[in-house]
Amino acid sequence: MNMLEIKDLNVWFGHSHNRVNAVKGATFSVAEGESFGLVGESGSGKSTILRAITGLAGQWSGEISVNGMQLGKKREKSFYKTVQMVFQDPYASLHPRHSVDQVLGETLSLHGFRDLDARVVKLLDDVGLGQKFRFRYPHQLSGGQRQRVAIARALAPEPKLLLLDEPTSALDVSVQAEILNLLVDLRKDRGLTYVMVSHDLSVVGHMCDRLAVMKSGEIVEILNVAELRQLKAQHPYSQELLQASL
Amino acid sequence: MSDTQSLRAWLLTETPTSRRHAKLSALYHGWLSFRSNTMAMIGLLILVALVLIAVLAPWLSPHDPFEQNLGQRLLPLGSEGHVFGTDSLGRDILSRLIYGSRITLYIVALVALIAPVVGLLVGTVSGYVGGWVDTVLMRITDIFLAFPRLVLALAFVAALGAGIENAVIAISLTAWPPYARIARAETLTIRSSDYIAAIKLQGASALRIITKHIWPLCISSLIVRVTLDMAGIILAAAGLGFLGLGAQPPSPEWGAMISEGRRFILDHWWVATMPGLAIFTVSLAFNLLGDGLRDVLDPKAGD
Repeated sequence: MNMLEIKDLNVWFGHSHNRVNAVKGATFSVAEGESFGLVGESGSGKSTILRAITGLAGQWSGEISVNGMQLGKKREKSFYKTVQMVFQDPYASLHPRHSVDQVLGETLSLHGFRDLDARVVKLLDDVGLGQKFRFRYPHQLSGGQRQRVAIARALAPEPKLLLLDEPTSALDVSVQAEILNLLVDLRKDRGLTYVMVSHDLSVVGHMCDRLAVMKSGEIVEILNVAELRQLKAQHPYSQELLQASL
Repeated sequence: MSDTQSLRAWLLTETPTSRRHAKLSALYHGWLSFRSNTMAMIGLLILVALVLIAVLAPWLSPHDPFEQNLGQRLLPLGSEGHVFGTDSLGRDILSRLIYGSRITLYIVALVALIAPVVGLLVGTVSGYVGGWVDTVLMRITDIFLAFPRLVLALAFVAALGAGIENAVIAISLTAWPPYARIARAETLTIRSSDYIAAIKLQGASALRIITKHIWPLCISSLIVRVTLDMAGIILAAAGLGFLGLGAQPPSPEWGAMISEGRRFILDHWWVATMPGLAIFTVSLAFNLLGDGLRDVLDPKAGD
């Protein structure tokens, strides 16, 4: 069964003559346990697809189904237990006045867990942050540490599908590799399904099994990683992208 | 000695061991940065002194503030038994100032409880919910803002009757719109941020997001704004008292005292000047405190 299925998805912002079509007729599916990449330049609509899945982005039409469940206009509580998201900028995705303990504790209690203390400790260990980070505030953490906290928060409800919105692009190169390896390990350990947005083809090549190339709101081509490595893209835009990243 | 040393180390640690420890540590850091601001400390000391004076008024004041002695009216500064002189009815000005601090604190506390809370509620709901709720609430705010403040307060007092409680209510009713505007502006920047999106993804309700995630970020700028406005609030209360619409005559409210002293201002300047100086000192103290709090509380200043 497919974990995520998207058919003819359109997403737009604004009304009538101000309307901006951010995503046009996107169709793809992601199998359970697969890691799927969305690549394209800035403004090509890749992040918007993730935001539409989570219900954060404007108006949309088409079909989105997660884990066999068709999504309506409103997301149910069970949806948030299945799908979680890691945001691009770890400096913006943590509440500046909440300690790590508050962030994780609140998330866990919202999902109805009771053994908060044990779970917070476990989550911090899982993402490679020790106990000593538990009561720190975001301003006492580095970018990489913050992103680990954000990943721990996304893992807290024990989701099946993790949406990654350029999780490393705001970090410096040495930390990027650590975070990517952490994500690879977590996927292996927990059998997660990833949908990862990136403009960096080498990151997608490292993380993903298949990828979709997007240009101005449309998916122009879906490739698997073997084709990517052999530079066997069909569409002229994907070829251009591959050439540019060599 | 070693005890205070280890307590300090415990408070300043980079790796707190419990929730309480982390809270206390954050408070202590805030206190340290506040303490390094000399002017703010002066403001705080003046206000602490004001509170102590208000609490200890019966023991501190040399005379009964209401006791009249027409034989000793309008005595100058430094008279025997009357350091700040006496007013037109022979009442001791120092005693009246000491008892008047209670009224000032009462006004300040009530307005500080009503206006920012109403403003915060209206502003955050308006900013977060948006749409027609925002339009309705903001137009109401605009209507209140469009009236000159003292005139609106005068109208309220005239409708409700003169007296210190009604003056407080009138001032609060005219003071909340700026807080609502600030809270709304802050909410608009906060609500589109990733950390609000992240908590939405945990299925949090709008109520929880407003109270637990947006309020903590708005409150610090509101506290600063309230302390800076306190001077204006004290002056507005004094103004209403001066116009005879606030505290009523025997009451030693500072504004009312200035109003009484006005008649003698050329020959007996101290009768109006002493309460004026008291208002000035307390207003200044609140301003200094507000400046210091801004440095400690403003999240954008960052650590």
